[in-house]
Amino acid sequence: MGEELADLVAAAKAGDQAAFEDLVKATYAGTYTLAFRLTGNEEDASDVVQEAYLRAYRSLKRFRGDARFTTWLYRITANCATTHLKKRQRDRHEVLDDADELFDARPESDPEGRLGGADDRRILQAALQSLSPEMRAVVVLRDVYDLPHEAIAAELGISEGAAKVRLHRARKKLRERLFPLRTELRDEETARAV
Amino acid sequence: MRCDQVADLLPGIVDGPARAERHVMAHVESCLRCQAELVQYRKLLKALRALRTDVLQPAPGTLTSILANLEAAGERGAMRSLLAGRRGAYLGGIAVATAAAGAAGAMVLANRGRRKMRLAG
Repeated sequence: MGEELADLVAAAKAGDQAAFEDLVKATYAGTYTLAFRLTGNEEDASDVVQEAYLRAYRSLKRFRGDARFTTWLYRITANCATTHLKKRQRDRHEVLDDADELFDARPESDPEGRLGGADDRRILQAALQSLSPEMRAVVVLRDVYDLPHEAIAAELGISEGAAKVRLHRARKKLRERLFPLRTELRDEETARAV
Repeated sequence: MRCDQVADLLPGIVDGPARAERHVMAHVESCLRCQAELVQYRKLLKALRALRTDVLQPAPGTLTSILANLEAAGERGAMRSLLAGRRGAYLGGIAVATAAAGAAGAMVLANRGRRKMRLAG
């Protein structure tokens, strides 16, 4: 797959329009998935994907090939998503009701053994959507797509330090969502200690 | 160190203990509660990484729409370069014509000057 993409990239850079179309066909579902995870809804994700491929098409000659094509494309997509969300000028994230429990918090249940099945992926996805777009972008790009802090900071227009702080806050919020029982216990004990 | 102080550091420690200071790790190693929380972060990271292979199905028509947009952009680009080419040729033509007219004018003036000198002589 990697070599095939590299060949298509080389052909597309040489001006082969059909090769670029093949690149789109090979990568658009993955790009859409990232756009959806960053924006949180289908309509915005479709707009972001359109914009991302236009930008990629226009700047393909500048792609040096020192990173994988998909990584380069993900960076463009992240940048487009950030611009798109800023342009909308309203926060579309729907904060989950605090009363909602993402997991069964009964004592007999086993929160440690979770996060494996399809239902759990849906729950994890819902927890991601409960984050603000800024936090979600950092955690998705770092922990799902493995982009380096430096690249994330560059694409989101923030410092590397700020990207790390956001990442840690996002992880903490996700953990609190996914393992509510233990978090409540800790909070109670902290309150008692104070 | 207290657990609530360490709790804020655990989201970073999960990337590797090398990132944490020794006294923080000493607390984690001796505290079952913090260890349990660290395990939760590890599970969270594992689950997040697994999402990468989980590809969503875009709405029907997404691919067609992307390709149509690219084609339109390609045509616009081609039109722009064509127009830029024509503009270049047009400007080039004007420049050549101006240069030729200038040269002709200079020759006429030079000839006149020579004729005047001959008449005076």
